[in-house]
Amino acid sequence: MAATALKRIGLVLGLPVILFAVWYVATDNSQSFYVPPLRTILSVFDDTWTGQRLRADVLPSALRLLAGYALATVLGVGLGVVIGSYRRVRAVAEPVLEFFRAIPPPVLVPVIMLFAGIGDGMKVIVIVSGCVWPILLNTVEGVRAVDGVLADTARSYRITGPARLRHLLLRSASPQIMAGMRQALSIAIILMVISEMFAASNGLGFTIVQFQRSFAIPEMWTGIILLGLLGFVLSALFRFAENRVLAWYHGLRSAQRKS
Amino acid sequence: MTAVPDAGAATAGRGPRRGERRSGPVRGETLLLGLAGLAALLILIEVLPRTGLVSARFLPPTSRIAAALADQARTAEFWRAIGDTLVGWGIGLAIAVVAGVVLGVLIGAVPLLRAATASTIEFLRPIPSVALIPLAVLLYANGLGSVLLLVVYASFWQVLIQVLYGVQDVDPVAEETARSYGLGAWARIRYVLWPAAMPYVFTGIRLAAAVALVLAVTAQLVIGAPGLGAKIAVAQTSNAVPLMYALIVVTGVLGVLINLAARVVERRFLAWHQSVRGEVAA
Repeated sequence: MAATALKRIGLVLGLPVILFAVWYVATDNSQSFYVPPLRTILSVFDDTWTGQRLRADVLPSALRLLAGYALATVLGVGLGVVIGSYRRVRAVAEPVLEFFRAIPPPVLVPVIMLFAGIGDGMKVIVIVSGCVWPILLNTVEGVRAVDGVLADTARSYRITGPARLRHLLLRSASPQIMAGMRQALSIAIILMVISEMFAASNGLGFTIVQFQRSFAIPEMWTGIILLGLLGFVLSALFRFAENRVLAWYHGLRSAQRKS
Repeated sequence: MTAVPDAGAATAGRGPRRGERRSGPVRGETLLLGLAGLAALLILIEVLPRTGLVSARFLPPTSRIAAALADQARTAEFWRAIGDTLVGWGIGLAIAVVAGVVLGVLIGAVPLLRAATASTIEFLRPIPSVALIPLAVLLYANGLGSVLLLVVYASFWQVLIQVLYGVQDVDPVAEETARSYGLGAWARIRYVLWPAAMPYVFTGIRLAAAVALVLAVTAQLVIGAPGLGAKIAVAQTSNAVPLMYALIVVTGVLGVLINLAARVVERRFLAWHQSVRGEVAA
């Protein structure tokens, strides 16, 4: 038992530790201006991101991200259920939606700046404008693929209105909705950074570009590492939530596989 | 997470579509309704600024966007920008696909390697590629290298993850049959593992193609590498609003074309595969 546990820990931590050590040792005497020693980066990490900056830059960024993502989810699922439920509406809307989805979201930043200026509202709208498409289109697909027998059963039991929405439509579309939300999460982080690089007076993207422009290279590296950590933490949180929400679905799939 | 590798792909129109494919007239009607939807969007954009509901300074009418686009299409500079964008997209995507497939098959085929790299992949994959923008600026300024760095980083993971899923999906019976017939490691990869992983590889390439375009345009927009993105940035700073909209439409059209092309290629190469066969037959 102990040996297998030890082996598992070794496998999980082995490569990251080796990579970290290689980075540390290889850059230890680095004279390169762009690649400072990892030791230096780590030593400035603390000063750079704790205290004032945590409140003034990291927190606003995170709030914009959450606001945009939540709004996009509500909009995407809401519209998706409507569009997915009516064949004609779907036929009218689908090419338009596919086109909007195909536009690389960052190019909408200049347009949204025209309408919404350069405040927090602009950043939230930018995030929404990029995140809503994968959620919307996946919801449409999920609602459309509701099992026919289940839909008929619900109808013959006179399950209608909110109960039908909650227990039939949203439930059976949830694997697709979660898949869309997973795609949207990485888009949300990208747009948060991009919108702050364009026009902002605070935030992670703004600060990192500021470091780069003033050639504060170790600080810039700490920003890159922090963004990486943010991406990792958010995706881990998402996976945790997904496993809880879709526990029934994963169970169903593995049961189907066994049979 | 591993259980729904293809759920994202499901939106891309895989699998027989209920309703639409039932008969000819329904399909024709769908097409007509779709065109009507697009026409309604164009008319809406024409009418909104003309009636003053939205200021024409923010949203120029369709006709002016179209005029700006027609103007652009006559300049060589415009086509060069499209060319630059496609070059960055294509080279970056090619590097990412080759690296993703080779590493994916290698890691997937060796269980120990797979176990040892899992945590590292899970850690590196969610790192947003835009985090690398400052580094790209310092290393390559606004050259092609910046674009490639971002494009390759973003699309590599899409391919790698799909290939890993695919390799996992190999039928154990087929694998053991190949073993008992004495097929060597290379032959097993070529005849058992690769065909099983193919549908996933193509899903990965399709996802990567879309992501690569996003990152190519983003790099041009933010860093100023030559291409459509840089032209949009110039149009924005010079307040040429119709031109800006026209260029955004062009990036959208490029995106649609890339999606369509990826799907056609996928269908051609996977014509033998169940998931596509079902659709073609229907």
